[in-house]
Amino acid sequence: MGDHSHGSPDDSGTVAKAGTGTLDKFQDPGLPPHRKRLADTDPRAEKRAERQVALLFIISIIGTLSFFIAYFVLGRPDNLSDIRVQNAMLGLGTTFAMLGIGIGIVHWAKTLMPDHEISEMRHPIRPEADRLDAVEIIDQVIEETGIKRRPLIRNTLIGAIALAPIPAIFMFRDLDRTGKTAGEMVEQFRHTMWDKDVRLTRDPSGTPIKASDVQIGSVFHVIPEGLDEAENVLNEKAKAVVLLMRLDPKKMDISEGREDWHYEGIVAYSKICTHVGCPVALYEQQTHHLLCPCHQSTFDLTQECKVIFGPAGRALPQLPIKVDADGFLVAQSDFHEPVGPSYWERG
Amino acid sequence: MKALSQRRRHPLAAVALLLMGLLITGGLYMAAGSVNEAKAATGYSASDIEQGEKLFVANCATCHGLNAEGTADGPSLIGVGAAAVDFQVGTGRMPMQMQGPQAQAKPVQFDDDQISQLSAFVASLGAGPAIPSDDVLDTSQGNSAAGGTVFRVNCAMCHNAAAAGGALTRGKFAPALAGVSEKHIYEAMITGPQNMPVFNESNISPDEKRDVITFLKEIESQGSPGGAKLGSLGPVAEGLFIWTAGLGIIIGFTIWLTSRPS
Amino acid sequence: MSTTTEYTPKTTTGRIANFVDSRVGGSAMVKEFGRKIFPDHWSFMFGEVALYTFVLLLISGTFLTFFFDPTMTHVVYDGSYNPLKGIGMSAAYSSTLDISFDVRGGMFMRQVHHWSAILFVAAVSVHMLRVFFTGAFRKPRELNWVVGGVLLILAMAAGFTGYSLPDDLLSGNGLRIIDGVVKAIPVVGSYISLFLFGGEFPGTAVIGRLYALHIMIVPAIILLMVGIHLFMVVVHKHTQYPGPGRTNDNVVGFPVGPVYAAKAGGFFFIVFGIVAAISGLLTINPVWNYGPYDPSPVSAGTQPDWYIGFVDGALRLMPGMFGNFSFEWLIPFPWGTNTLSLNVLFPALVPAGIMFMIMFTWPWIESWITKDKREHHLLDRPRNAPFRTGMGVAGVISYCVMWAAASSDLIATHFLVSLNDVTYWLRVLFILGPILGFIVARRIALALQRKDREIVLHGRETGIIEMAPEGAFAERHEDLDAYKLHQLVNYEDRKVIPAQPNAAGHISRSEKNRGALSKFFFEDRVAPVTPSELAALKAEHGHGPAEVEGSSSDSIEK
Repeated sequence: MGDHSHGSPDDSGTVAKAGTGTLDKFQDPGLPPHRKRLADTDPRAEKRAERQVALLFIISIIGTLSFFIAYFVLGRPDNLSDIRVQNAMLGLGTTFAMLGIGIGIVHWAKTLMPDHEISEMRHPIRPEADRLDAVEIIDQVIEETGIKRRPLIRNTLIGAIALAPIPAIFMFRDLDRTGKTAGEMVEQFRHTMWDKDVRLTRDPSGTPIKASDVQIGSVFHVIPEGLDEAENVLNEKAKAVVLLMRLDPKKMDISEGREDWHYEGIVAYSKICTHVGCPVALYEQQTHHLLCPCHQSTFDLTQECKVIFGPAGRALPQLPIKVDADGFLVAQSDFHEPVGPSYWERG
Repeated sequence: MKALSQRRRHPLAAVALLLMGLLITGGLYMAAGSVNEAKAATGYSASDIEQGEKLFVANCATCHGLNAEGTADGPSLIGVGAAAVDFQVGTGRMPMQMQGPQAQAKPVQFDDDQISQLSAFVASLGAGPAIPSDDVLDTSQGNSAAGGTVFRVNCAMCHNAAAAGGALTRGKFAPALAGVSEKHIYEAMITGPQNMPVFNESNISPDEKRDVITFLKEIESQGSPGGAKLGSLGPVAEGLFIWTAGLGIIIGFTIWLTSRPS
Repeated sequence: MSTTTEYTPKTTTGRIANFVDSRVGGSAMVKEFGRKIFPDHWSFMFGEVALYTFVLLLISGTFLTFFFDPTMTHVVYDGSYNPLKGIGMSAAYSSTLDISFDVRGGMFMRQVHHWSAILFVAAVSVHMLRVFFTGAFRKPRELNWVVGGVLLILAMAAGFTGYSLPDDLLSGNGLRIIDGVVKAIPVVGSYISLFLFGGEFPGTAVIGRLYALHIMIVPAIILLMVGIHLFMVVVHKHTQYPGPGRTNDNVVGFPVGPVYAAKAGGFFFIVFGIVAAISGLLTINPVWNYGPYDPSPVSAGTQPDWYIGFVDGALRLMPGMFGNFSFEWLIPFPWGTNTLSLNVLFPALVPAGIMFMIMFTWPWIESWITKDKREHHLLDRPRNAPFRTGMGVAGVISYCVMWAAASSDLIATHFLVSLNDVTYWLRVLFILGPILGFIVARRIALALQRKDREIVLHGRETGIIEMAPEGAFAERHEDLDAYKLHQLVNYEDRKVIPAQPNAAGHISRSEKNRGALSKFFFEDRVAPVTPSELAALKAEHGHGPAEVEGSSSDSIEK
């Protein structure tokens, strides 16, 4: 189709179009002639269609009956494979019951009901006159209230209406019923159950961990000792879960002030992603990468869990640990920064 | 100090250093191994070890070194234990076909005797996790509910809650666990193949490991009570199904419904 | 059937009509709707699929409420699913397991509910795509398009609140992601999170609250919106595709009674049947696999249901660090330092925000650019509106890239590629994809229009090869009949409307922009064939139907 990129000022691009005529259009030939269906002309076809529709309705009846069979004959299954069979039978029973009716009705409509397309004129949604009348009425109503002439009434009313819904918003203050002040509420994000000398224990058994248990290449999923007795276990667990791993101390890149946060290469990091809070639970023991399965943030354990890939914007917080007199791993203190996703007041 | 700095240039210094390094590595592995409470090479006859060595030299030494000391292409196998060999060779991961992000399961290259001989040889090099006894693999003694809890905390993040597998970084992945034998699951936990962490006996006790295996075998054998499970891949598979097959069937019906019969 | 009593109608139908009409005036309604005309086309059925799946949701959802316990009370499971026996969990999760395993047909109803839900949102989406690509949103239907957009958002809200209810590990981690996103909102984020969960995440309140939203508030608003939507459809009458006998002033189709009612009514049963088959044979959301929610575990392949996927994908695509530059900003204020987590906020709000904003305002954007304020009841074939088709495809591609990103890990494991590479490529595609999509889709639409022109001008290829006396081979072309021809020439020819001065003779800035957009969209166009053009061509060649291919490129000029 060649190049057509010359043009008059108003169509300077590639325009494929007719020469000059603007108002010259093909005439609408009108609806195509109606074509008769087989069932319109052949009584045998009509009879056949009728039987087909009835057959479909009978299939539906059989479907419903088989639903009952699945429901009552199979009873209450006590093993999973029977549940599967029952589920499939209930489903297929319903399928046949519904498709029988649906396909039957549509087949009936298509083959036996009149299939002449009908043309109907559209009307304007509202005649112009109606619209003018409506505007006039509204103007009159506004005029009779005198609201335009009485700004005092208008302004006080606007003030009252603007104020009235605000209590409805404040009503929701007690969605948080912990009774804390606003400051205390947000302050909770800063603290976890970890504290000086709290033992690191296995999740979920809660048994303490000896330093010698942790070999290079292994990972322990850790909760603080006494989590079970916490007032709200899941809330505390959501902040306090920790991953415990052991590295060759020589491979670790330790920043100033954190030199004694590990114990012979055993390090503990928050398991809660700094992105949006999923558990960063995947530990690759050869690459020393921690990967979050939700959004693929990757943290490098050898670089104090710095972000090396993905959407997280901040390293995982480290929990300073040491060994107590019995050889069990304990925390030196709480985390030095809030764990988990960032929030406005985090600072 | 002066004496040392002079001897540093002695022709045999490199050898001595290598030896020292090997001793330290071996020692570390011994320590690690003792944490595992693993038995050293016991129960293997001398001829097993001898046969194993022959197999090793013929099939493994290219990458792992003639004395399994490791090369640039493969890690040292001293102290990895019989369990590691039994897992890697028994699942076809070793010998590797080519270097890649990780060794993949393939058809097994050796028969059971040969695997056992190879295990015997590697076990003789240094103490490491041994092949588990039948007792800890007996799922009739396990508790699947307890195992499920352990599995979700320690395994599901990589292997998926329904053990359907998942992705790791840069082309590595955690495989699906259906069809893996009890023994190999246990061995994977105690040896930590590839990038999988090691779950030694003090992390997950042998009883807990048995529970995990019981759980895995139970969810594998119970089937899916709701119908076909679409690969247990969760909402992605479900969404994909509804957008392709689901809407496809519906469009088929709408076309039929609005077409004119002959 | 007939009776002889005085003042009573003669037939049963008549008696019922009399009863109803004399009390609520039903006759007017029957008169209005009984023979109302609806055009018939397969692509007009998606709205019905959405409506019917919503009805299925109400039916199956009502059943589920009788057995579901929307509380987070700690219970120990003692149902028939062995791998969870004796495990502590919330009452919500435990009752979901009971519905699945210990209520007869409960599994089936759960699956009907969930399959219907994801089909519902899919049907709403496809319906909106159909409306967009055919231009059915144009005047007078702009407001109904907006109502449809609101329905899409409500459908997503209904879906997400329902997805979270079983309190399983998968949905719990989904809620945790929501919590993380909410916390990233400046100033009020922390408080919204604390109020939503009744304290810190996860608390013991959120399931009950989501339940109230899921079973009452959101469905009530959806019902209201569906009512408004359908009311407007009736007011406007349905659009129709252009064709012989179909004009902007009429509507051609079947009357409601009986054909359209039978087809539409029958279609409800068909949709129900399809959903029942899927629900009987395919598992959806096997919550028993995931285990009870616990903040420590997580499963590989943690994804939301498909309709939230694009937001999750955007979260995955956004890099948190750019080299050593973190998108988490610390902003010093006189009262202390505040944190602005752009790496979360940006992907969570911006793509969805832009998408919905363009979607809601598109009818007005388009009529502003085209200066077209007329009523439109005839649809465009997508090829006949290349600019719109291009824009639509660009939007679809940017959505799909985000959508694909939400399953980057599954793409990696299933196509044996690196997870990181998938993310890198999708980042590139997110930028380039929509641009390429616009260009390619528009070019394809223009090419199809040219093909239509070609067919009109030179007739249909018959596949009959003829040999001329001098030995040349040519294919015989056959003229189109008047109906087919009308189909191919009867479309709107949109031209560039350059910026125009206003009454004061000044060209405003916005008018200049409009002119530029108009040029960008309509510079390249294919005009419909006119009768004079066709006549001229025929006169030139002097022969009728038999037209030789290849001799034609000069016939389209300018």
